[in-house]
Amino acid sequence: MYEKAEMRTVMARLLKEAIQQDENIILLDADLARANGILPLFEEFPQQTLDVGVAESNMACVAAGLASYGYKPFIFTFAAFASRRICDQVMISIAYARQNVKIVGTDPGIAAELNGGTHMALEDVGVMRSIPSMVIFEPVDCYQLAKAMPQILAYEGPIYIRMFRKVPPATWFAAEDYKFDLFKADLLRSGRDVTLYATGIEVTQAMKAAGVLSQKGIEAEVINIHTIKPIDWHTVAQSAAKTGCGVVCENHNVIGGLGSAVAECLANHHPIPLEFIGAQDHFAEVGKMPYLLEKFQMDAESIVKKAELVLKRKKLSC
Amino acid sequence: MEGKRKAELVKKCRRIRYLTMDEIGKLGVGHVGGCLSAIDALVVLYYNHMRIDPQNPRMSNRDRFVLSKGHAGPALYAILADKGFFPLSWLDTLNRGGTRLPSHADMNQTPGVDMTTGSLGQGFSCAVGMAIGSKRRKDNAFIYTMIGDGETDEGIIWEAAMLAGNQKLGNLIAFTDYNKMQLDGETRVINDLEPLSDKWRAFGWETEEVDGHDVEAIDAAICRAKQQLQRPSMIILHTIKGKGVSFIEEMWRNNHNITLSPEQHKKTLEELREVTLDV
Repeated sequence: MYEKAEMRTVMARLLKEAIQQDENIILLDADLARANGILPLFEEFPQQTLDVGVAESNMACVAAGLASYGYKPFIFTFAAFASRRICDQVMISIAYARQNVKIVGTDPGIAAELNGGTHMALEDVGVMRSIPSMVIFEPVDCYQLAKAMPQILAYEGPIYIRMFRKVPPATWFAAEDYKFDLFKADLLRSGRDVTLYATGIEVTQAMKAAGVLSQKGIEAEVINIHTIKPIDWHTVAQSAAKTGCGVVCENHNVIGGLGSAVAECLANHHPIPLEFIGAQDHFAEVGKMPYLLEKFQMDAESIVKKAELVLKRKKLSC
Repeated sequence: MEGKRKAELVKKCRRIRYLTMDEIGKLGVGHVGGCLSAIDALVVLYYNHMRIDPQNPRMSNRDRFVLSKGHAGPALYAILADKGFFPLSWLDTLNRGGTRLPSHADMNQTPGVDMTTGSLGQGFSCAVGMAIGSKRRKDNAFIYTMIGDGETDEGIIWEAAMLAGNQKLGNLIAFTDYNKMQLDGETRVINDLEPLSDKWRAFGWETEEVDGHDVEAIDAAICRAKQQLQRPSMIILHTIKGKGVSFIEEMWRNNHNITLSPEQHKKTLEELREVTLDV
């Protein structure tokens, strides 16, 4: 039922249910409610919504004040503004003060498309990951988001939800018996030769790459790390032990994001050769996703190449 | 205000100054100037106005106070200890490893502290959030907050000021500790705030200016602010940085964060001890 749905529309539907069930839930927005698909909720539930205007810093601290009063605020803005722009407000008034605020940053990385380099958060995971206590969740599709929502609502503490706004590139978690755990990574495809650790839109690229690799006789294991922090080290290390090499695929700078998280995890638990897909420490630029996926070498073809490279490194190290 | 009550509050201000200076003096360093300038307003607020219960610091419908100029934490701790939120002996632990009294106010460490502050500007914005929460909950609480004059330079102050004005937060009462100095020098030289009242008024706030060391004037201003339910109130306190200790007042150009030798500590207490401790 969600195949053609935009993630923001599904998010709005889930939040509407939550608002109706819990009068303490309050949505805050900094003049992007229309863009984030939640404007109808602002019209329908004036007591449980607040548009602070173009003032993200103030939004974060007002949310912290509301949380200290027993409310459960969700703040909404683009990923770039939720992270780098208001890093200190998130760090001090939300995380350090231990306030139960959920932070929704939309259009992460190249998903910002025609808004261009100024709006492309390729560092937001790095910013958020270095804040103690921050949980970072990046849903892959609407089904996963829907399954996650009750656990997000039940969790006491800050969560950064790094959310694609529009129709996700593909659906991977539609199975009715899919059991979601906010703190467990999901095995999407089993393989013995190489592990593709992927998050967000890169899951689709990784699955495509796994198909191409399979035709070449290489069986790739694909693991979706929807929760980048705290990382499910057990699943990450277990797969590393099984395959002996990996490629981390993310819509983010290769510094500070999932790649760093996986590398840190494996350095501790099971060191293996790794390659990294993502922006190679450069700024972003304007363009549609297919152009940017290719230009930044974040497409399936690039993942195949990195997988073949890391397999060679694995053989050399044997 | 009755003369007797005024005398009691004046004495209480001196006792809080004594406790604050003893707290910082025992450590030997601290934000002395901005603690001393803020004390009279904090005393009037905590001893004459706030609906709080030291036995139940998280009472749900209590009034809140957010010390947005979080570096004046030691002055707030002296008041909270004096009121019984925690033992007076805690004051001797200020800023020492493992203390529950850190230099900047921390709601998760200190009973009676309503918001974690220290990154300037943020506490004020949090207080606006609390006032919106209180108003929507209709719990008839007042949200008080104090900012510094240097802190007023922060952009988030004006983001929050605009929202508070537009939301008509009559339950929000703020103070500016206008001691005319910020760390690097005089506020009028670095980034002049004037005309300060006009700025707040333009943002939809009820504004008045009072002598920040006159407890009667501060009390009257708070009473008027509590009657103003349609707009947030800003009470601008004209204060002296380091007020109450002569040699620190004389250092008004440079008493923001200073060391105190054991001799200076002793001298400070002697000056403040001249007024009785058994208020």
